[in-house]
Order: sequence, then C-alpha cells, then structure tokens
Amino acid sequence: MLLIPCPHCGERPEIEFAYGGEAHRVRAADPRAVDDASWTDYLYIRRNARGEFEERWRHAHGCGRFFNLRRNTYTDMIDRGAAR
Amino acid sequence: MSQSFRLAEGGRIDRSRTLAFRFDGRAYAGHPGDTLASALLANGVHLVGRSFKYHRPRGILTAGAEEPNALVGVGRDEGHYTPNLRATQVVLHDGLVAESQNRFPSLERDVGGLTDLFWKFIPAGFYYKTFMWPKTAWTRVFEPRIRAMAGLGRAPEIADAACYAQRYAHCDVLVVGAGPAGIEAALAAASSGARVILCDEQAEPGGALLAETDATLDGADVASFLATRLSWLQAAGQVTILPRTIAFGYFPHNMIGLAQDLTDHLGEPDDTQPRGRLWQVRAREVVIATGAIERPLAFPDNDRPGIMLADAARTYVTRYGVLPGRNAVVFTAHDSAYAAALALHRAGARIAAIADLRPDPSGELVEAARAAGLPIRPGCTLTGTEGRLRVTAATIARRDGGAGERLSCDLVLMSGGFTPSVHLFSQSRGKLRFDPALDAFIPGEPAEACRAAGAAAGTTSLADALASGRAAGEAAATAAGFTAPPAMAIAVANAPAATGGFLGATPHGRNSGAVRAFIDFQNDVTAKDISLALREGFRSVEHVKRYTTNGMATDQGKLSNMNALGIMSAELGRPIPEIGTTTFRMPYTPVPFGYFAGYARGALFEPERHTPIHDWAEEQGAMFEDVGTWKRARYFPREGETMHRAVARECRAVRASVGIFDASTLGKIEIVGPDAAEFLNRMYVNAWTKLKPGRLRYGVLLREDGFVIDDGVIGRLSDTRFHVTTTTGGAPRVLAMMEDYLQTEFPELDVWLTSTTEQYAVIAVQGPRARDVIAPLVEGADISGAAMPHMSMVECRVAGIPARLFRVSFTGELGFEINVPADYGRAVWEAVFDAGRRHDVTAYGTETMHVLRAEKGYIIVGQETDGTATPDDVGLAWAIGKAKPDFVGKRALDRAAFAGQTGRKQLVGLFTEPGDVVLEEGAHLVTDPDRPPPAEILGHVTSAYWSETLGRSIALALVRGGRDRIGETFHVKLSDRAIPVRLTDPVFYDREGARLDG
Ligand SMILES: [Zn+2]
Repeated sequence: MLLIPCPHCGERPEIEFAYGGEAHRVRAADPRAVDDASWTDYLYIRRNARGEFEERWRHAHGCGRFFNLRRNTYTDMIDRGAAR
Repeated sequence: MSQSFRLAEGGRIDRSRTLAFRFDGRAYAGHPGDTLASALLANGVHLVGRSFKYHRPRGILTAGAEEPNALVGVGRDEGHYTPNLRATQVVLHDGLVAESQNRFPSLERDVGGLTDLFWKFIPAGFYYKTFMWPKTAWTRVFEPRIRAMAGLGRAPEIADAACYAQRYAHCDVLVVGAGPAGIEAALAAASSGARVILCDEQAEPGGALLAETDATLDGADVASFLATRLSWLQAAGQVTILPRTIAFGYFPHNMIGLAQDLTDHLGEPDDTQPRGRLWQVRAREVVIATGAIERPLAFPDNDRPGIMLADAARTYVTRYGVLPGRNAVVFTAHDSAYAAALALHRAGARIAAIADLRPDPSGELVEAARAAGLPIRPGCTLTGTEGRLRVTAATIARRDGGAGERLSCDLVLMSGGFTPSVHLFSQSRGKLRFDPALDAFIPGEPAEACRAAGAAAGTTSLADALASGRAAGEAAATAAGFTAPPAMAIAVANAPAATGGFLGATPHGRNSGAVRAFIDFQNDVTAKDISLALREGFRSVEHVKRYTTNGMATDQGKLSNMNALGIMSAELGRPIPEIGTTTFRMPYTPVPFGYFAGYARGALFEPERHTPIHDWAEEQGAMFEDVGTWKRARYFPREGETMHRAVARECRAVRASVGIFDASTLGKIEIVGPDAAEFLNRMYVNAWTKLKPGRLRYGVLLREDGFVIDDGVIGRLSDTRFHVTTTTGGAPRVLAMMEDYLQTEFPELDVWLTSTTEQYAVIAVQGPRARDVIAPLVEGADISGAAMPHMSMVECRVAGIPARLFRVSFTGELGFEINVPADYGRAVWEAVFDAGRRHDVTAYGTETMHVLRAEKGYIIVGQETDGTATPDDVGLAWAIGKAKPDFVGKRALDRAAFAGQTGRKQLVGLFTEPGDVVLEEGAHLVTDPDRPPPAEILGHVTSAYWSETLGRSIALALVRGGRDRIGETFHVKLSDRAIPVRLTDPVFYDREGARLDG
C-alpha cells in the first residue's frame, strides 16, 4: 500500500485516496476553439508511462483536495519533494 | 506410544510434561517445545506425506518454513481445520489432531502411488502436451481426475469457526527474524531510542541460536547468552517482540504484512479470542534478518523418507532432543554437515560414512569430525538409495567413477550449502547480486529503506552474523534519525565458519534418463525435467519455472531455485548471474484467508445502508432488494400475495388514489455559493441561470465524453443555493466529479459542495389524492395547484418538522416529495401514512416505482443507459440548454463523429405479441428470428414489466435508428423462443401529462 503525501494532511495510506489519472491535462477555456482531433486526444489519449509519471490524486477520505504527484509507475517510488 | 527416538537429555523441550496428539488417527506423545515434526520423529515417524504428482512416499526433510513434504491438515474439527500446514512449524499442544494429505486410503497403501510406475510417461509439461484434445475432455475427464490425484490438502467444508484480528502499526525499525543477527539488530536499534518491532516466525526467538549448543558467546553458553539478550530487549521500553509472526509480504513504501499466530499453539482456545492477527506495519527502516535455507543435493532417489537436510537433523538433535535415525550416511559439499554428523554421533547415532563431493575438505569442523573418528570419504558422491517407506541403504562411489559401495542406513543427511533467504528483499524490489564465492544471490542495491543482515546477507559464521546484525541495526537507527551508542563486539568461541556448497545435479555415473533426482520435492520436479525443458528450447528461467512448475506453490524457490539454476547453468554453459533468478512472490509462507478477511465477515463484510424508514418497512413485512449497499423495500406483500400480485395492487393504488414511497436513498448534494448557478451551468446540460428560486428542474449530467452518467431533480432554494439530487448509486461519483471540476478546472468559481444524502429522509407521496393526504400536515406554505405547480418547491413544516417540500413526480401522477431531517424521517412517514388512511394510502416499493416510471417512459440511468448513451439516444435532447457555450460533454457531442452519425441506438417502447409475455431485460432484438447465428443485433431490451395500468406487458429498448422505425415489428430472442415485438413510443401512459395535476 502506497504512502501518499497529501500536501494538506501529510503522509497517509493509499486507501484514503482516489486516483485521478494523468496530471496537467488542461481543459480548454473555450472548447469550441479546439478542433475535433485535439478534443479527442484530450478525451482519450494518455501517456500510460512506464517510469516517471505526473498524476493526480484526491484525498477522498481526508481533506478532499486534489493534488499532483510524481510517481514512478515501475517502481512505485514517489517523489516526496515534488508534491504540489 | 513410546518416544523411542527421544534423547534422554538435551534440547529445549520440557520432558516433565507429556502432550498427547494424533496423527492419521494414531495416538502419539510429545513434549512442550516440540513441533509436530519433531514429535513425530521422536516416535520414529518419518513417512508423513505423498508427493504431488507421483504420489511418492515422503518424509520430513527440513526443520522449518521451507518444508516441502510434511504438509498436514490440522484441526480438532471441520470449523477449525487448516490444510497445508508445515509440520515443522506446527507447535505441538495437548490434543492436537493432524492428518496427512494427498493419499488414499492411507499413507502406507496409497493407490495413487501406482502413478509412480508410469513416471516416464509423465514428463515436465505433460499437462500442456497430453490434455490438449478434445477440448471438452479437459473439463470433463482430465481436470477432475488430475485435481483429485494431484493435490495439496482439502479446503474445509464449513465456515471458519475462528475469528481474526487486524491492526496497523508504525515503528522506526522493523527487524524481521529473531536469530543472532536480528536480535543484535533490534538491540542496536533499541539502544538508540528507536521504536522497534522484532518479529519471528517461530514460537520462541533465537533462530539458529536455538539449535546451537557448541558455541560460547562472551564466555557464556548460547542458551544463557540468548536469555540475557532477550531480557535486555524486553527491558528496553520501545521494543515489541512478536513471536509466531511471519513477515509474509513486503509492500511498497516499507509496509510489511505480518501474520501473527495467536492461538494455534493452544489446545482448545475460545473462539471469541482471535486465532491470528494481521499486522500492517509501516516501518521507517527495515532490517531483513531472515537467515538462510539449506539446499538439498540433487542425487538419484534423494526423496525417500529418512533423507533429510543435515542442518535440520542437527536441529532435531540439539533443539528437540530427538534422534532422527540411528545409522546415518552423510552426503555433503558443505562443512556444516560435519557439525550435524558430530551432533548425531555424540547423541549415539552411528555415522556410516560422510561422502563429501569436495576432493579435499578441510577446516575446523572437518578436523573435528576426523578427530572423532567419523569415516570421511572425500571426492565421493551418492549414486542412489533404496527403501520404499523409509530409506534402508545408500550407495556411495568415487566422483571420478569406480564401483559403488552399498551402505545400510536408516537416515541420509545431505547438505548442498545454504541459500540466503532473500524473499522479502526481493519482494521489496531490491536488486539481487550474485556472490560467486558464496555461489548464491544476496541482497544488493535496495529499493526501499531496508537492509539485510546475517545469513540472509551471506554471512557464514556466527560471529559474522552477530556483527552484521549489530551494524544493520545501527545503520537502520541512523537512517531513522537516531544514534546507537557504541557497543563491544561479542567474543565468539567454538563456532567456526562453515563454507562450501554445490549447485545443480550431483554426478552419479548412471543413465540420467533412468534416474530421478528431485529438485523441487513439493512439485515433483526432477533434474531430468529441467534438462528436458532446456532441450525443448526454453531458455528463460521464468519459462522453465512455469513449464516444469519448479519453485511454484509454497516453495517459492526456497529449496528448488538454486539447484535448478545450477542445472541450467551447466547445460547452457552460461554463468548463473547471466541466467538470473525467478521472482520471489508473496506470501513467504501461506497465510489463511481469515487473516485477510479479519473483521470483515458476516454483517461487517459489506455493511448495509438502511434508510430511516427501513424498520417500518420491515415491520410491515416488506421484501427488500439490494441497491448498491442500500437495502430498499421492493414490495409490500399482503397475506399470501405473490410479488406479481403485490406489485399490481400497489400500481393500481398509486394510479387510482395514492401511494407512499421511501425515496431516502436518492443521492443529495447541496451546492452553495455566489457562483452556484454558473457551476451548474457548466456541469449539467441544462440552463440554470433563469431557474427561479422555488423551482425545480430535471438535470442531466454527462461525462466529458458526452455520455449520460447521472440525472436527478435539482431545486433552487435561493440565488445561491441548490438542492441537487442524484441517482441512488451515483452520489459519490457525482460529488467526486463535481469536486474535480471545481478544484481543477473551474477554481475561479466561488462554490461549496456538500454531500447531504444521509441528512434527509425523502418521502414520496404520489397519486391523485397526494395533495389531500399531506395538506393537513403542511404548515407555512400554500400547496394548492395554483400556488405550487408541478416542478416547484417550498420550505415549510410537515407534521411539525422543517421540510423541503418538492412537487415532483416519478410516476406521472400528482406527486410530492417531502425532504425532512433523517432523524425525523420515520415520525413524518408515520404521520403521513396515518393521514393517508382516509384516502386508502398504499405503501409501495421499488418494483412498483420501476413499473410506474416505465409506463411514463422515464429512464433510469444505468438501466436505460450503459455509459455509451448520449442525451439524444435516450430522448433527453430537450433538456440541453441550446444557448449555452459550454458544459461538460458538450464539445464531445459536437464532434463530427457524433453529429454526423446515423443508426445510433435510440430509446423506444416495445409491445409484445401476445401482450402477456414479459421480456427478459438484456434480450436482443433481431429482424429474422429463424436466421442461424450470428444474427445482426439491432438493439436490446433495457426494462421489461407487466403493466397493470395497461393490462399488458411493456418494455423499453435501445434500438438502432429506433425512433424512425416505430410501428415496425422485430423479434426478441429469449432462451427458448423468439417473441415478435412492435416498436412504440416510449411513453405508454398519459402522453399529454394531464395526470400530473391530479
Ligand atoms: Zn489531505
């Protein structure tokens, strides 16, 4: 079970969190200005990285906040300095 | 029965007390301090099992967790029965009942043993080769028979009578293994002030020290040294010592799973006392001091009962006071077997020969054996053994050839050296490193905050193990932010280092196709099987493992791994590090399921959610159904009523007069803030800005991909406050989605979201008399049709309780939903019910609710939708706020892929011919029922009911291009026939909506 650093509550066990998928996917401010192909990418295409990966977590059973985390998907090691 | 192999003195057993136990129905005796294995050996019993595949008679091979043969079922009755326990780990208690496994009718006369005669026809991979064809024969013929023949123990047939506990723990330093290295590590860490947990699989801490009788430590004998160290540890305030506790798994971020046996060593513990406890320990630092496991030598017929690992035999003599045999042949490539031979010799056994594969064995232990007059045969090998249920003879020969010498014996000891127990380290994803001097993999670069110590790290002497433990404990303490005070090294005497070792199949000069040298005893894998796998082209160690089953099941490489690698290395001509090793998987030893289930059994397995009105419904004799984790009243049968009749009566009542329904499970979210309306605009397809306070609107929620995910009625209480309802199962998902958008995409919006699902009881009153029923109870509001039209709401009191009263209908009738604080739910419900008696109010359940809404063509998200339905697909395009620039899912729906798409499945109604057939939900629609499969599937039934109102069956369906095909006839395939269906509008009843006003 991962030990996840919530930026608001500190380190808590994984069962308190909900996974939020890849980080830094930004919803366009005006989706109408985005073409179909780009929107399809936004909807469906993820890096699915093997290795370093920036991802979102939500402290669902704690403070409820979303935050980003850098985790190595191969080793499960978390960059504990990078939580933000 | 007498313990004729029990020594008169020595060992850590209490001869003053006798424990009676039964094995396979026979009565035996042992002493406190025994394991089941040591007690059986004291009674001269070696034969304890039949092997997995060939049903070969097997004896006790080891004295520890690595035991592959002596797997037993233990338990005083079926409710306390545990299969596949290693007899070497089962602590003896008075009245213990154990049985052997995988034999019929008995260990001595096992009919499955006939398999052994055909062994040449059961090579490695035979499952894959033999049972491929015909396909059905595998499930009907081969698999059941193989399962019956090849098996480990049987699963108990009734529920586990014991209970289990679980706990979390944190510590600075977790030390796994309380042998010499582990104890020193724990002492070093504890002296620094760190919080320490020291766990060990055995009943008493000490590990290898428990069997060590020759050495002296700081001038004291081992037993008193150990006692002193343990008393120091116990005196140190922050140390938790956990005996009988196996560290079975190493999980990410230094979480280690421990399984602590609490009562298995007791006679008949009270079932209210937990049998075991699962610990989830989060350790800042870990010291892995798990020792090393002695390797068997792979010589022909090395698996007969009476053939045992040398160090195990020494342990039985020195720790348990048991002589495993009186006339022993020793076969070794490692010095430690000499210590075993000496221990047996001193205990009165005859050592017929020590055959050493090494041409020139030397060292302190060898010299001691020589001085004791033991017959040492350097450069010799063992070419075969005899004896059916017990070894009776062994033949030794010079390694370089020549005639063999047959020696009578009742015991063969073997030692191929030691394999460090790197399981936990490897589970932690630490890298293993091959140590050529040791011929073994040892822990290299760690991945977690851990380090190995002692024999697990490759030390070969007691002094080195102690020093390595000390150093590891200090390092762990330092890494955890503590400083251990310096300590004196321990003066160790009479404990020489033991070296040597051998990997692979030993030389025997015989036709290797005609002999069996077992590598993996538990899985009946021989040296020949490994060679065969290589001949057939397997090169990867993981493939060889799977093809031969070597190292599978509970072995997990403990005994088998290195010898298999030795054979691969020799045959492929590649060094072992190039071949690599297999992955060590958790658990280290099997853990009963009860540990993992813990408290989550029965009512606590998945706690039920009950509404405030649940007990009332139960008192009325309601039948319930599961909706998510909720229990919902499905229907309220009267005396002798079937479900069909009860639902028909409830439906008639709502349409004719009035019904009352518990809708408390509806999800509820309170959305508050200056930007609440704008937030809803962006989340839901509907337009919210113009919705006036006091009004309701049916909202549709999409995912960003444009598909319907939830729906519900939303009320506006004020400019800045909305009462949102969701589907029963959808509330957590919807709230999480809203939070996601609010926090990450629309952080500029000033809005708060609060789950209020359990704060409100919801009482639906539906039917032409609904207003008449509640009117006398309502204070502070005018609920007349003029003042309070359909889809409006008001804050008032109902039966004296503050309420949010909605005028809303999920039945098509005049209806109200009364939201009151949950604690008053039942009181208000009963008040409404009482008031309704004059109007013949009828309580109805979810089944009637489903029928009534289907008659109106109202969808249920998750029933009419399956995550691929757009609003238009299910007839909800009208809800979309056309002028809105954006909402979640809008851009996806606007893509050409959707906009230009024809033939999407659309919601329609179905009438069956004849009208009394109720379709099956999920059934497929086809055009030609007689066409042989595969037929083109044009749609499927999403809901199907008997409509009491219409006097015929109705159904909703999603059908390709369905809206343009209304009036056409299709066929629905049921399991036994095809039913003609006519497509209709999905609204079956009161299309004009006249009844909404009563
Ligand atoms: Zn938090």
